[in-house]
Amino acid sequence: MNTLTRATGDSATMVGRQLRHQLRYPSMTIMLAGMPIVLLLVFVYVFGGAMGSGAAGASDARAQYLDYIAPGIMLLTVAMVAQGTAISVATDMTQGIIARFRTMDIARVSVLTGHVVGALVQTLFALAIVTGVALLLGFRPTAGPVEWTAAAGLLVLVAFALTWLTVALGLVADSVETASNTPMPLMFLPFLSSGFVPTDTLPTGLRWVAEYQPFTPISETLRGLLMGTEIGDSAVLAVAWCAVIALAAYIWAKRLYNRDPAR
Amino acid sequence: MAPHASQTAITATGLHKSFGDHAVLEGIDLEVPAGTVFSLLGPNGAGKTTIVKILSTLISADSGHVRILGHDLDAEPDAVRAAIGVTGQYAAVDGLLTGEENLMLMGSLHHLGRRRARQRAAELLERFDLVDAAKKPASTYSGGMHRRLDLAMTLVGDPRLIFLDEPTTGLDPRSRRGMWDITRELVADGVTVVLTTQYLEEADRLADRIAVLDHGSIVAQGTADELKRRIPGGHIRLTFAEAGDLESAARTLGGSRDDTALALQVPSDGGLDSLRALIDRVDAESIEVEELSVHTPDLDDVFLSLTGHPTTEDDQRKAASR
Repeated sequence: MNTLTRATGDSATMVGRQLRHQLRYPSMTIMLAGMPIVLLLVFVYVFGGAMGSGAAGASDARAQYLDYIAPGIMLLTVAMVAQGTAISVATDMTQGIIARFRTMDIARVSVLTGHVVGALVQTLFALAIVTGVALLLGFRPTAGPVEWTAAAGLLVLVAFALTWLTVALGLVADSVETASNTPMPLMFLPFLSSGFVPTDTLPTGLRWVAEYQPFTPISETLRGLLMGTEIGDSAVLAVAWCAVIALAAYIWAKRLYNRDPAR
Repeated sequence: MAPHASQTAITATGLHKSFGDHAVLEGIDLEVPAGTVFSLLGPNGAGKTTIVKILSTLISADSGHVRILGHDLDAEPDAVRAAIGVTGQYAAVDGLLTGEENLMLMGSLHHLGRRRARQRAAELLERFDLVDAAKKPASTYSGGMHRRLDLAMTLVGDPRLIFLDEPTTGLDPRSRRGMWDITRELVADGVTVVLTTQYLEEADRLADRIAVLDHGSIVAQGTADELKRRIPGGHIRLTFAEAGDLESAARTLGGSRDDTALALQVPSDGGLDSLRALIDRVDAESIEVEELSVHTPDLDDVFLSLTGHPTTEDDQRKAASR
């Protein structure tokens, strides 16, 4: 059996392990999908009336704001699941089973790819729920099948990049507690992007951060695909950011996993 | 399937390992013949687990050379991994999966194919008395069941060399005996076993050769009998009410007498037969014995005589060696 088929086979086995974990203990997945839904409700019903341009009254403003933030909420969902991955990787590393895997003749990276693919499935599941709720609340995207497919592809790409990053953060953390804290910035970055408010409403310093961080071109692209707004060069920037983050995080995670385990 | 007796399963020379500036192994040399049980005996923090971690490719040594079943540890770690199995001190099972799923997971990682993996899992569940618990998550298992599942998972790949890292620590006596029986069966199948333990009795019962480890060095090596000859062995202590009884007992049985305590220490292996023989002789001479107690040598005796200091539980070392 050559190296590639072996790596694929072992990774498939590890993905199976992750999915079984998720199925048996669905509370994590439910919580990861639940948080963005709660935030969506708060934003739309608490802030929404004041946030939209509201020419035709508060309910119109709410509908407008829902359309504006739905892509941001989707990105927040991706970031939430990614944070969960850091926790689950760090927890996994404390288990004896990982020591067993390390002493077996299996493709070494398969443990990590198992986590990444497992997290992607979890992300898609959470996104389906969150998008469903947004649609029920009155989110009305203008996207056709092509745009929906492109949007889904972009979300998977973002999830892939963030998940490799949080896998590395889970590996580098010296405890499960640390692993649940280090990905926190990922949770805030969507708020400091054009996901929730247009960047030109922000004070100068914050606007500078917002305009040059990855979540802004990603939100712009996603909103463009779903709502038909102007995308411009955001798409290229978004894909480039994801590719760079994914590659760097993959190399980092692999190196972390290959060093002698400290515990 | 049994490897030729003259083959060497493990050759290790000059193993050194430090964690930070704390030296855990200070020059370990080992030679383990194939098809035998080799025991690393020592207290917590002596470096047993560190040796197992190095030999099983989990961590690398700072210096030294190791060959396992004909493969160089540094050059061909995957070939070594394919031939060994490790059962750790802390059960290396996936607690979220059931016993059966854990075994199936091992089956697919050994590329057995679905049918063969299912068959192998069923065999092992049967052999390790886990059939009733097969569908329950491993996190609900008792200590003994955990260890059995752990070992069963190790056996899925039919390893030729198995590391048993403190397989009975924390187990009740019944489960401990069960593990001993299983270990003997493995050896009967021609598997080489490296066993680490804190219990002299365990090494004595299972091992062909024992290396006594203290502060990262091997302080003695040999068969159980060779080691026991070097330590103040077990004895039976008799106390008497009358000096005359002590006198006649000392004449009949030999041993060393303590006139002030009216006590006599007779060397013994602590077994039922030697005890019975001793009692028979005491009865035959009509000696009145007030009290009889059996003392067997334990790890503390071995340590005291081999290193000149008792075993110590140094928590810092303990933490560092895991």
